[in-house]
Amino acid sequence: MRAWIALLTRELRLALRHPADTLAAVLFFVLVAALFPFGIGPAPETLARIAPGALLAAALLAALLPLDRLFGADAEDGTLDQLLLSGLGSGAVAAAKALAHWLTTGLPLLVATPVAAAMLNLPMGAWPAAMAALGLAAGFLSLLGTAGAALTLGARRGGVLLPLLVLPLAIPAVIFGAAAIEAAAAGLSPRPYLLLLGALVAAALPLAPLAAGAALRVE
Amino acid sequence: MLEARGLACLRGERVIFAEVSFRLGAGGALLLVGANGAGKSSLLRLLAGLLPSAAGALLWDGADALADRAAHAARLRYLSHQDALKPALTARENLRFFARLWGGEVEAALAALDLAPLAELPARVLSAGQKRRLALARLALGAAPLWLLDEPTVGLDAAAVARLGTLLAQHRATGGMVLAATHLPLPLPGAEELRL
Repeated sequence: MRAWIALLTRELRLALRHPADTLAAVLFFVLVAALFPFGIGPAPETLARIAPGALLAAALLAALLPLDRLFGADAEDGTLDQLLLSGLGSGAVAAAKALAHWLTTGLPLLVATPVAAAMLNLPMGAWPAAMAALGLAAGFLSLLGTAGAALTLGARRGGVLLPLLVLPLAIPAVIFGAAAIEAAAAGLSPRPYLLLLGALVAAALPLAPLAAGAALRVE
Repeated sequence: MLEARGLACLRGERVIFAEVSFRLGAGGALLLVGANGAGKSSLLRLLAGLLPSAAGALLWDGADALADRAAHAARLRYLSHQDALKPALTARENLRFFARLWGGEVEAALAALDLAPLAELPARVLSAGQKRRLALARLALGAAPLWLLDEPTVGLDAAAVARLGTLLAQHRATGGMVLAATHLPLPLPGAEELRL
């Protein structure tokens, strides 16, 4: 456990030394959300109607950005070999990477959600649900993405392959996340949808690091 | 005691090496020599458990060494071509991370390779030789009986090679084993040679 925490702290410290990566994902998210009013027109009702789906899609695309470097940097400089020999187990390494990805990408996206939500004219009452849905959906993507990043590690054009592999699997998170935000915007309880999102995360929590770990070992 | 019996390595359809056998006892040292592409690095990765062996067996004290990968990883230190350093972290932070994984004294390891004056510098400003020394300082952390070294002296100056020699001698004096792939002369007196 001590070694696992050491790995997680190192990942976070590296993210702090390279804040541009996190900033790029957040700005990408806000910019994609800002494109919708330009494309669809500024009619408030139309914007509010597409806001839930647009928020989810923009957040998942933004969270994909740093994924291809998740293991790539460590593989190139030899750190990955050392991590695989650290006695941590490749599944534990993958779990630390997934959590670090969520903390450095998912969490900042969650914080930026109100900005994007305001641009899309989402009713303020639905903001908390939007933040919860985005946080959970980003967590799901962190887990799936870690498995995808491990699988595409070393593949030529892995950066292109990764979204093709991960995004189709993230569709359930978009459906339940958008449904939660829509429910909250209509004044209903977003709880059932958020619970379903939570169930997705709970299912991916043990499976994705195991898959990623297996992929890392055979690489 | 590390014993290899008929190890073989395949890359795709190509046989890199086959029928590699050796024995290495406590305090022993084995130099891997051979032309570029002979499979020295592949053999070291295979011994570390990072590459699967296509044939043969690797035994530690008579039992299958790779049956319990975590136990095998815990008894070895692997130094690859790459230094496994993060440019954004200082020399001390880079080493401290590995000390948290394996245990060991960061300051003593820094001193062992004369890195104390560089400890506060980020690894990205270090020269190639200084980075290599920092990678070698990992060997001075915690005790692991088996050292697998891939071209350990590349980029090192004479003083650093001498410090590595001291480290290797101490390691072997306490019963440690060294396997090194190299094209350069290494301070390993009495080492056997394995030609690939």
